[in-house]
Amino acid sequence: MSRGGFWSVAGAVAWRNAHNFFSNPAMIVPAMLFPLFFFTAFAGGLSRVDSVPGFDYDAGYTTFVYGFVLLQAATFGGIFTGFSVARDFESGFSRRLMLAAPRRGGIVAGYWLAALMRAIFTIALITAVALVAGLAIDGNAVDLVGLYTLAVIVNAAAMLFGTGIAMRLRTMQAGPAMQTPAFLFLFLAPVWVPYDLLTGWVQGAASVNPVTLVLESGRGFLAGDPTEVLPAFAVALVLAAVTVLWARGGLRSAERVA
Amino acid sequence: MTEAVRSAVDSGLPRQVGMLARRSVLRTMRQPAMVVPSLVFPLLLLSINSSGLESTTQLPGFPTDNYLDFALAIAFVQGALFSANSAGTNVANDIESGFLNRLSLTPLRRMALMMGQLAGILALGVIQAVTFLLVGVAFGAGIEAGLPGAIVIVLMSLTISAAFGCIGAFVALRSGTGEAVQGIFPLLFAALFLSSMALPRDLIEINWFQTVATYNPVSYMLEGIRSLVITGWDGEALALGFACAVGLALIALVAASSALRTRMVRT
Repeated sequence: MSRGGFWSVAGAVAWRNAHNFFSNPAMIVPAMLFPLFFFTAFAGGLSRVDSVPGFDYDAGYTTFVYGFVLLQAATFGGIFTGFSVARDFESGFSRRLMLAAPRRGGIVAGYWLAALMRAIFTIALITAVALVAGLAIDGNAVDLVGLYTLAVIVNAAAMLFGTGIAMRLRTMQAGPAMQTPAFLFLFLAPVWVPYDLLTGWVQGAASVNPVTLVLESGRGFLAGDPTEVLPAFAVALVLAAVTVLWARGGLRSAERVA
Repeated sequence: MTEAVRSAVDSGLPRQVGMLARRSVLRTMRQPAMVVPSLVFPLLLLSINSSGLESTTQLPGFPTDNYLDFALAIAFVQGALFSANSAGTNVANDIESGFLNRLSLTPLRRMALMMGQLAGILALGVIQAVTFLLVGVAFGAGIEAGLPGAIVIVLMSLTISAAFGCIGAFVALRSGTGEAVQGIFPLLFAALFLSSMALPRDLIEINWFQTVATYNPVSYMLEGIRSLVITGWDGEALALGFACAVGLALIALVAASSALRTRMVRT
């Protein structure tokens, strides 16, 4: 089978999902609102946190929160695409798609492209709002490339994780199984204060949470002071590699019942 | 119509309310997917917040040196937001399944229907409030107003649950679909986020956020509960807290009753 078959399937799936996303208010509005709520609530409501003794992030609290919300938008852009996969299975569309697709790997690639478009749209919106709200980016162009590359890898890993679950369970009721682990990994990182200011069990959880490295590296890029770059990229790439295998297993599982 | 329901509609309002309340409470309690998240998620957020934001107690003017004391109130309001979802979903199910249509053929009073639906929410509210209080105290929160204060916290929490429950019922009755109820959940969450949830209002330094939090009734609900935990008996905070909760409950109840009347007429 030609590579053209793969990319034509990927392109068709991506276009359909992007069209559904941008033309359906029930999908696009929550995708925009949730990260914006988080950004406004924490950058606005907790702005005084940068006066806490030991808060050592020079770029300011708005930038500190932006680092987290960017990662959140990338992650949930991927997870919500998993919801779309589950919806396509419930409606019977995926079964027909699998019968018609010459290269089924192209289906997953198409969902990945849709997740990427979704994340780019949400991140662009949040960045625009954050810039108006006083986001200070001290990093240079190379730092920003590093930051957004990390976000793209995380987006792909989240999408592959969600797709793997959706293709195994093939129901919208699998939503919490996709969302809850992502929520826990994100919120058990240094979300509101730097790692050193965390206390109790959350600090213990953050110390072993791989998302901590990614988040701290992202904030380092924003502040123009790259930190933990290699470990962060290593963690993100390992997550992506593991979730590729997870999604491939999901695709095999879906193929058996198609 | 079963004999029990015929007997209920033939009798007075209290019996009608009793029948529907029993149904509502049983239905809520038989759905772990409705009860468990409404307990687990507020407790999870409480736990993460109280460890993650403990350092903010070092800010000059912060009212306590234990962030758990400050954050405990959030669990009660967040639990009440789940009540809106729960009430709305139950009412929407009744509409979608045709139960409301069948009820409209009986001489059942609208008020009985509303009060009966709220009973399930209040039962869930009692479980939530007692659980949050016990977990909070077990992990080191001190209730400055003592046992009577704890009882007032439960009462305020129930009032807030009733208010948000009526909002959920209103949306379900107006729209007739569960999707619309799910759709308002983020908006209600926004009301919590844009309040004095994370810091006291006087410590919020962004002006527009402080203004929004000042006009947001959720801030006063939080501050009412918080006053009993941190300060003791603060008449002003309690009066404002109850006024906002009762006021919102009344407005939402009137709106839901009106929507119910319209839906019954359509039926």
